[in-house]
Amino acid sequence: MNIDFRTPEYSIHRDGVRCTNCRICVHQCANEAHIWDEKQKKVLADDIKCVNCHRCVLTCPTRALSIGSYPLEFKPNAHWTPHYITSIFKQASSGAMLLAGMGTDKPYPVYWDHLLINASQVTNPSIDPLREPMELKTFLGRKPDSLKIENGKLTEKMPPQLELETPIMFAAMSFGAISLNAMTSLAIAAEKMGTFYNTGEGGLHSSLYKYGKNTIVQVASGRFGVHTDYLWAGSAIEIKIGQGAKPGIGGHLPGEKVGLDVSLTRMIPEGSDAISPAPHHDIYSIEDLRQLIYSLKEATDYSKPVAVKIAAVHNIAAIASGAARAGADIIVIDGFRGGTGAAPLRTRDNVGIPIELALAAVDSRLRSESIRHQVSLVVAGSIRCSSDVIKAIAIGADACYIGSAALMALGCHMCQKCYTGKCNWGIATQNPNLTKRLDPVAGAERAANLLKAWSHEIKEMLGGMGINALESLRGNRLMLRGIGLTEKELSILGVKHAGE
Amino acid sequence: MSRRIDAQGLYYKELNQLVRQAFSEGVTEVLLDNVNGQRYIGDGISGDGSIIIHGTPGNDMAAYMNGLQIVVHGNAQDATGNTMNEGTIIVHGDAGDTVGYAMRGGEIFIKGSVGYRVGIHMKEYMKKNPVIVVGGKAGAFFGEYMAGGILILLGLSGREGYPIVGDYCGTGMHGGVMYIRGQVEEYKLGKEVKIVEMTAEDQSILERYVSRYADYFGYDKEDILAQPFSKLIPYNKRPYGNLYTGV
Repeated sequence: MNIDFRTPEYSIHRDGVRCTNCRICVHQCANEAHIWDEKQKKVLADDIKCVNCHRCVLTCPTRALSIGSYPLEFKPNAHWTPHYITSIFKQASSGAMLLAGMGTDKPYPVYWDHLLINASQVTNPSIDPLREPMELKTFLGRKPDSLKIENGKLTEKMPPQLELETPIMFAAMSFGAISLNAMTSLAIAAEKMGTFYNTGEGGLHSSLYKYGKNTIVQVASGRFGVHTDYLWAGSAIEIKIGQGAKPGIGGHLPGEKVGLDVSLTRMIPEGSDAISPAPHHDIYSIEDLRQLIYSLKEATDYSKPVAVKIAAVHNIAAIASGAARAGADIIVIDGFRGGTGAAPLRTRDNVGIPIELALAAVDSRLRSESIRHQVSLVVAGSIRCSSDVIKAIAIGADACYIGSAALMALGCHMCQKCYTGKCNWGIATQNPNLTKRLDPVAGAERAANLLKAWSHEIKEMLGGMGINALESLRGNRLMLRGIGLTEKELSILGVKHAGE
Repeated sequence: MSRRIDAQGLYYKELNQLVRQAFSEGVTEVLLDNVNGQRYIGDGISGDGSIIIHGTPGNDMAAYMNGLQIVVHGNAQDATGNTMNEGTIIVHGDAGDTVGYAMRGGEIFIKGSVGYRVGIHMKEYMKKNPVIVVGGKAGAFFGEYMAGGILILLGLSGREGYPIVGDYCGTGMHGGVMYIRGQVEEYKLGKEVKIVEMTAEDQSILERYVSRYADYFGYDKEDILAQPFSKLIPYNKRPYGNLYTGV
C-alpha cells in the first residue's frame, strides 16, 4: 500500500445547525477545500486543501465556519518539530525544493520590540499635533555637500529628489506576483497620500502610466518591461540587486502566470517562464554597479533619482558604502523578514540579517565616512506599524517601504501561499475570477487609510518627544532606549539601555 | 542633416549631451571622431537617426536604445546593446562581454569576435525578434538564459587555437534559436539545449542575416553559407518547471 504522508495543516469546522448548504464557500474557495456533494446534497470539506486564508469564514452568511489547527500531533520533540518532519515527507516524495510565500515566520528576535521611544516631561514641552503644525515631509535623494545661498536664495541646483508627504512608501511588488487590481489600489493610494508605490520588476501596466508621478520603476536582472518609456514614466528608478526574503538568488515567474496582460507588461511571450537571473550579469563589482546607475541616469537625462535595493546581508555596511560611492541616490535595504510572492523556504528562513541591525550598521558606516548626505536610506522588510517606522527613522532611515502590511490592508490574511496563484483575496493571483474580488477603488481607500492612520500616530509620538518635524528625528538615536538587549546588540544599534 | 563632433578629451556626460542635443535639433546623422572609451553612447535614445563612431566606444553603448543605427569603425566594449529595444548596431571590429544583454528588439552585427555571456537573456516580444550576428568566435555562456531571438555565430576569424564557442553554450536557454557554423561538441552545450536539423525556414533566416553580414563587412555570402550550420534550440520553454514544491 502506498501511503500519502501528507496530513492537513488545518481543520475546517462546519456548524451543522448554522450551515444552510448555500454553497458560497464552495464558490469562494479557489483551493477547493469546500466541495458540494451531489449525492448527499450537502457541502463537505477537504481539510488538506485548506490554507487558512479565512475567505470562507468571512463570506459565510450564517457564520457557520471556523478553522483551527488539525488535531494531530507528533510525539513531542524539541529538535524534530512537525515542520522538519513534514518537510522531509514532502521532499522525499517530490525531490523538489521547498517553496514559501511572504516573509519568514521563524521566531528570530524582533529588535523593534526591544526598542522604546522617548517622550518629553517637564524639561521640554511636548507638542499636540492636532493643533500645532507637524511636518512629516521627506525628501529622498542625494543632498549636496554644502548649500550656496545668495540673497536668501539657493543658487545651487539640487539633485533630483522624491518628495513624500509621509515617510512610508509601498514596496516593490511586481505585476505577475500580484494582480493588477492590487497594483492599481496601491497606485491610487500613493497618489492620494502623496507618496510612492513601486512597480517591482514586472514592468508597468499601460493603465498605470497615469500614476507615473507617484511611481518608482524597478530595473532587475531580468530587465522585464524595461524600455525608454518605462524609464521615463516614473519619478525614480530602482535597481533591484537583492530581496530580503531571498538574498543572492533570482526570481522565477512560472509560465502559467504569464497571461496576455502580464506578457504585454513584461514584454515577453505569453506562457513563457520569466526568469530573473541571480545577479545582473552586467554587474560583478561596485564599478559595474556605477555603470548601470549611470546608464539609467544617462537614459533619463539625470532627471530622476536612482535607487539601489539590496538585501540585508552580513557585510551590508561596506556594500552600502560602495553603492553610495557608485552614485546611488537612494539605498533601499530589505531585511530578512521581507515578504515575497515565492522564495525557496530554506533561503527565506535562514539567509540575511534583521533590518534593524543592518540599518544601524549602514547609517553608522555612512556617517563615519562622511557620505551619509550623499544618499537617502529606505528600509523595508518587517515594518508592521507606525512605531516601527518611528524607530527605523530614529535609527537613521529616511523612509520605509511597506509590502506585507500594504497587502494586509487590501485583505491579505498571511496564509503564505502566494506562490500557488490561488489567492482567494484577489491579490497574489492572475485568475480573473479571483482578481475581480479586489475592487481597486475600495482597496486604495483601505491602503490610504492605513497610511493616514500611521501618519497620525507618527505625529502623536513625535509630538510626545517634543519634535515637530520628522527631520529632527532622523538618526536621533538618543530618542531610543533598548530593553533586554546585550551590550553587543546595543552597541550595533547605537542606543543606550533603558534606565541609562 | 549631419553633425561632426570631436570626442577627444570629452567626458562621456558632455559627449552624450552633445549627441542628444544634436538629435533634438533635427540632426539625422551624428559623426563622432576620436571616441576613446566614452560610455553610454546612444543610451536611451529613440528615433531613426544614426551615429557613426570612429574609435573605441565604451561600455553600455546603445543601452535601452530605441531605433537608431550605430556604426562603429573600431572595437566595441562590454554590454553593447544592453536592454536594447530597437535599432541596428554594426561593429567593424570585436566586442566585449554581454553584448545584447536582455535585448528585446533590433539587430547587432559584429565583424569579429565577442567575449563572455553574449546574447544573455535575449528576449522576443510580439513582432520584435532581436538578432545578433557574430563573425568571429564567442566566449563561454553564449546565449545564457536566452528567452527569444536569434544568435548567429560564424567563426570566420578569431583567436587561433580557440573553439568557435566557449563552454556552457545556451545554458538556461528557454526560447529563441542559435545557428553556429560548423559542429559544436555536445560537452560545450548547456543541459537545456539540443542540436536539431535545419529546416528550409532556418536556411532562409540564415541567408537573410548572413547576406547582410557579408554586405556590411565585405565577405562572400556563398562562401560563408557553404559550410553547414548547427541549429540549437532549448528542450522546452519551462526548464525549471518541477523544481519546487509548496510547504
